[in-house]
Amino acid sequence: MAPTVLPPSHRSPKRRHVLGMGLGMLASSGLSRGAQAAKPVRVAAASDLKFVLTHLLDRFQQETGIPVQASFGSSGNFVRQIRQGLPVDLFMSADQAWVSQLIQAGLGRRLAGGAIDEGAIYGRGRIAIFLPRNSTLPLDARLQGLKDNWGQVSKFAIANPEHAPYGRAAREALMRLGLWELVAAKLVLGENIAQATQFVTTGAAQAGITALSLALAPELASQGRHLLLDEQLHAPLIQRMILLRGAQADAARLYDYLLQPAARALMRRYGLDSPA
Amino acid sequence: MDWQAARVSLTLAALTALILLPLGVVLARWLAWTPWRGKPLAEALLMLPLLLPPTVVGFYLLLALGADSALGAWFSQHLGVRLVFSFEGLLLASVLINLPFMVQPIQRAFAALPDNLREAAWVSGLTSWQTFWKIELPLAWPGVLAGAALTVAHTLGEFGVVLMVGGSIAGETRTLSVAIYDRVQAFDLAGAHQMALALVLLSLLALALVFASDRSKSAKPMVPGR
Repeated sequence: MAPTVLPPSHRSPKRRHVLGMGLGMLASSGLSRGAQAAKPVRVAAASDLKFVLTHLLDRFQQETGIPVQASFGSSGNFVRQIRQGLPVDLFMSADQAWVSQLIQAGLGRRLAGGAIDEGAIYGRGRIAIFLPRNSTLPLDARLQGLKDNWGQVSKFAIANPEHAPYGRAAREALMRLGLWELVAAKLVLGENIAQATQFVTTGAAQAGITALSLALAPELASQGRHLLLDEQLHAPLIQRMILLRGAQADAARLYDYLLQPAARALMRRYGLDSPA
Repeated sequence: MDWQAARVSLTLAALTALILLPLGVVLARWLAWTPWRGKPLAEALLMLPLLLPPTVVGFYLLLALGADSALGAWFSQHLGVRLVFSFEGLLLASVLINLPFMVQPIQRAFAALPDNLREAAWVSGLTSWQTFWKIELPLAWPGVLAGAALTVAHTLGEFGVVLMVGGSIAGETRTLSVAIYDRVQAFDLAGAHQMALALVLLSLLALALVFASDRSKSAKPMVPGR
């Protein structure tokens, strides 16, 4: 019986197909992913700045034409990543303790005179209790109404206290109010304050503690009910920003822009108190 | 719809598959036919990325290649290349993770070829290389296609590692999967929906194209002659 081996000429169409598709994918993806006219300024910002910074950066880009790329996340997480080499020009932290860590790790700049750049305080963060839009739970400053109706809450959302400043503040406040044991049993942790807030707006959590700057944002105001909590309930959230070692020149322009009265006014409107 | 993120995802998937194709074929062929007693160990090592959660791989990559590590520091000082928080680092991670997805189907395809087929080829005067190119590879081709399809699909969906060693840098390491996560956190559920749907369709298209191109049935291995 004649062997039925494939004759050599019979193979290529499929191989060519696959190779062609692979190259096609590459071509359509465009290898020039990194090539841009001007290198954008890279900002790593705490999640509570999500809405106010987006507005500020829009204005900045319109006025100066300098492109800016912003990432939002928890301050602690950014510090870890920056220490591991994340390329960032400007870091805006919700708590200045994280900035100190960066400076100690030698990642800050040296100013002209030789002094170490310590950055600048751009605001003071405030926390607020946050409920989904349709919630009927009573809101008061000591959270007594929540305590009385605790059975209606199955999940309570805060940001992760270990690396998110608003989570740290939330835990301190809950402890001062004597609610921590109750809450701990029903806690859900967001990776950052934005995610924690999201757990509440989607109704996955029946209550949570959010940043005032998020609760006041027009984009979120309709999605939930909030009440400002007393600042004395937690160690202050002093928000500090810093230019990192090796930051490009345009980043310094952004830094100055953010300290101007117009920018400051917008931040205040979004609930970031002036630094005391 | 974040087109930049779509580009990053596509580039990553294409490059990973293209790099792994020759690598996978060579490795798979060796594993299929080597008499080496350490083969089970090699296969176990190869399978590891399949079983481990991506965060484990991401963690060890950060440790081994981050700016703090010896290797990472050397690379950045002498070659100016950053191995984490860069597209190159992501590509490296992707290639490592997708190795089993490429190798396994190809290895099975090669192992299914009976020895006497190759022996017949050698006896007929073909060199080892010609045997590989004209006999072995065409017969194992469905396995190669399956490996490529799995690699592309898996890379498009990769999330854990990208999050850990990528840093979500727009245009460089922010893939579609990370962009979706980003949009959700930014309270932009509509934007996330757009991209999630696009990803599903893209993956379906990629898989359908690959399997459609494999139109002819795989040739059955020759029955031992009577």
